[in-house]
Amino acid sequence: MWEKLTATEGRRGLLMISPPLIYAILMLAIPIGAIVLFSFWTQNFMDVDTTFTLNNYREIIEKPIYFALLQRSLFVSGTVTFVTVILAFPVAYFVSFHVPAHRKSLWLFLITIPFWTSYLIRVFLWKVILGYNGVVNTGLINVGLIDEPLTFILYNVNAVIITLAHAFAPFAILPIFVALEKIDRSLLEASEDLGESKLSTFFRVTLPLSMPGLVAAVLIVFIPTIGDYVTPELMGGAGGKLIANMIQTQFLALNNAPLGAALAIVAMLCVAAISLLFVFLNRRWLRGRS
Amino acid sequence: MTALISLTGVNKYYGDYHALRDINLTINEGEFFSLLGPSGCGKTTLLRTIAGFEGVSEGVVVIGGKDMQGVPANMRPTNMVFQSYAIFPHLTVAENVAFGLRKKKDMDKAAKDLAVDEALTMVGLKGFGDRQAHALSGGQRQRVALARALILKPKVLLLDEPLSALDKKMREQMQVELMRLQRHVGITFILVTHDQEEALVMSDRIAVMFEGEIGQLADPETLYRRPNGRRVAEFIGKMNFLKANVTNVGDTIDVNVDGLGPCTIAAEQAPSGINLGEAAVGIRPETLAILFDGQTTDRETIAGTVDEVVYYGDMTYYDVRIDGVAETLNIAMKNLIGRPVLDVGAQTTVVWDARSLVLLP
Amino acid sequence: MSLRIYAIAYLIFLYAPIVLLPLFAFNDGTIIAFPLSGFTTKWFTALTDTKALHNAVQNSLFIAALTSVLSTILGVCAARAGAMYNFPLKRGIIGLVMLPLVLPEIIVAVSLLVVVVQMLHMSLSNWTVIAAHVLICTPFSIAILNGAFQNLDPSMEEAAMDLGESRWSAFRLVTLPLVMPGIISSLLIAFTISLDEFIIAFFLTGANPTMPVYIWGLLRFPGSLPIVMALGTILVGLSIILLTIAEILRRRGMARAGVKDKGSFL
Repeated sequence: MWEKLTATEGRRGLLMISPPLIYAILMLAIPIGAIVLFSFWTQNFMDVDTTFTLNNYREIIEKPIYFALLQRSLFVSGTVTFVTVILAFPVAYFVSFHVPAHRKSLWLFLITIPFWTSYLIRVFLWKVILGYNGVVNTGLINVGLIDEPLTFILYNVNAVIITLAHAFAPFAILPIFVALEKIDRSLLEASEDLGESKLSTFFRVTLPLSMPGLVAAVLIVFIPTIGDYVTPELMGGAGGKLIANMIQTQFLALNNAPLGAALAIVAMLCVAAISLLFVFLNRRWLRGRS
Repeated sequence: MTALISLTGVNKYYGDYHALRDINLTINEGEFFSLLGPSGCGKTTLLRTIAGFEGVSEGVVVIGGKDMQGVPANMRPTNMVFQSYAIFPHLTVAENVAFGLRKKKDMDKAAKDLAVDEALTMVGLKGFGDRQAHALSGGQRQRVALARALILKPKVLLLDEPLSALDKKMREQMQVELMRLQRHVGITFILVTHDQEEALVMSDRIAVMFEGEIGQLADPETLYRRPNGRRVAEFIGKMNFLKANVTNVGDTIDVNVDGLGPCTIAAEQAPSGINLGEAAVGIRPETLAILFDGQTTDRETIAGTVDEVVYYGDMTYYDVRIDGVAETLNIAMKNLIGRPVLDVGAQTTVVWDARSLVLLP
Repeated sequence: MSLRIYAIAYLIFLYAPIVLLPLFAFNDGTIIAFPLSGFTTKWFTALTDTKALHNAVQNSLFIAALTSVLSTILGVCAARAGAMYNFPLKRGIIGLVMLPLVLPEIIVAVSLLVVVVQMLHMSLSNWTVIAAHVLICTPFSIAILNGAFQNLDPSMEEAAMDLGESRWSAFRLVTLPLVMPGIISSLLIAFTISLDEFIIAFFLTGANPTMPVYIWGLLRFPGSLPIVMALGTILVGLSIILLTIAEILRRRGMARAGVKDKGSFL
């Protein structure tokens, strides 16, 4: 029996991968299948009515609140992604091109450390920084730049964006860094040898070659941010709540799991569709150039 | 000579891919045997079926009189020197060499230490035992790999492209050392290589492999002088090919060669069972010569025009065009004292000899 | 030069919130705002008196310990399979196993919640949190261990087997020592992730909250905020220590395998 299982390389590989694979199927694939199924059912007080219905989806389409939340969520995720990636690129570029080789891992280590520290506490600290009596306001008043504390930086969408951009920064830097590291430095010299300036070399060689890293960075920031409810809850105030807050409310407060499941699926589909569109457009753009 | 390894009807499939095709092979005790071929020809797969890392799909592998079916690599009387050397980087040189002695319960620590010292001395690494393995150079790694394998006194040492990672000088030095080592320990070495020169220099016998098959199995001289087909002739050394027509097969063979005309060759210059009709003739560049001004010869000659000159220092290679043949003839000439190097376009006379022809099907 | 200034400014931005933690943890005032009052350690003392917190910490440590071990075992399997074997559907299978890395955590949370509560009618407990944490930590473990396994020469184990060892003892004597730094690094990282994880734990935690869930509860009471700051200081300190050890081990592992360090594991 064992001999048969380990007879070929392919079988040995499958045997080796089977524990994590089975785990992922049991804990990920089947549960996701379950919420898809669930989203076609309805909550009937304490029981779940298991007759197939599109009512949950109908409700999501008909009630403007869901559309508004989804739209805001996508806007926030999109903005966070844009801001994070744009701010992260120069850092990744600096570490890859200007930091001496033996110092690179130290820089990366310093960049990743904040990412591993308690997310909850980090978010809360932004409240301390941006709050009415927060670091920014007291600082600016002390310097004399403002007389009244700024209020547009807490309990609204701006605060949510700042906090999320901070939380996902290392996620954006690492894939870009990896892509930049892979670029053969002689390509840049070749480009300059062929008459390009440093700036045009960057746009014609470095940037296209770092595109896989940029795409990975965009996806790895954009997709998870849609599922965050901590930051909007703590930083968003009344006007800064997002779709994830609604999903959480449906599950934990309103006890309407089927509707929550439908919302989760709609949110996931939107994110997946936008991500695929992005990847597709990026490929076309790259192909169009070459 | 006694047979040590015999492979009978060995076939190996990876899914649809037929990696080894009906291999029949006997390797003798104390022989330096090489598996030579281009990459992807199955030579490494064959070596790994002998080592026990790959099973055979069909056929029998016998080592030392025992059928190896179901015998895993760790139970076979073979040891291997890997292409990457696979030196354990977390161990010292001595620990690497002693790795295989762990299961030897009949040896005490002192005996093991002694064996390690001897093995290291044998490969010229005396005193290197305490070095960390990852600090070694390529040539040193190679020696550690050899010591590590030979310390177990295997019946067969398998070498998978052991010299391919070394630079040219080091490679030539290690070729000589490997031959010396093999004579010293007296066990069978099986070498896998894609380098024909390496195989010719080192081996007692060579099996040339193409696409999972053995194309020819012979000693180096036979392989070079009497290749049994165009594939072998092309793979080993340089060879000129001319179209030919076999007109008579008897004790000797009459053949009409394009550009050279009719000639008679000995039966041993042709593969057995050659038929009348179209064939090819192969001529090595060094068996042709250019007749310089003032020289005479009693051999056959033919007029030609120099088409290309490649000067190598010790040698000059000429491509010479002769009438009636599309391809040029490649001719190798030693640059002896007073011998000129001809220019492109020079009219010249090519000397050839029917004894150096080899008839190919 | 201007790039360097920008990068340093960016680092300051990254560290700004964390730097504030100890300031307020040692600040003798209940309001988390400037100006600071005096120095005190009373918030740390208060931590030792809170029974509910102790339970939460115990829960979290239990969950994190088990999660780190399980996800590292799964990670070893996946990294080894990925680095050393070719098998059918390899990309798809590895993709599925790595998927939680990009999946919004709330999706993992609600899908497991639905299965456990609504379909299996089981109650939530530490085990449901562990199940989910193993799922999200495994991709990180794989990413770390990939570095260790991909640097490994596949001939290495074969060489050990050729020298008389069985498949298992070849793994134990050769592969395991070489990837051990990666394994410890993976254990530490998974431990850290699980210890800090809130979004999923909030959905799946049972009657006994984990530490982040407990902290979330505290955040609603302004009076307990300085205690949260003290706790946060300890947590961040602990995380930094664990991560530093993980990083040192990772580098040592690279050096031992004789590979040039190519930066971070991700």
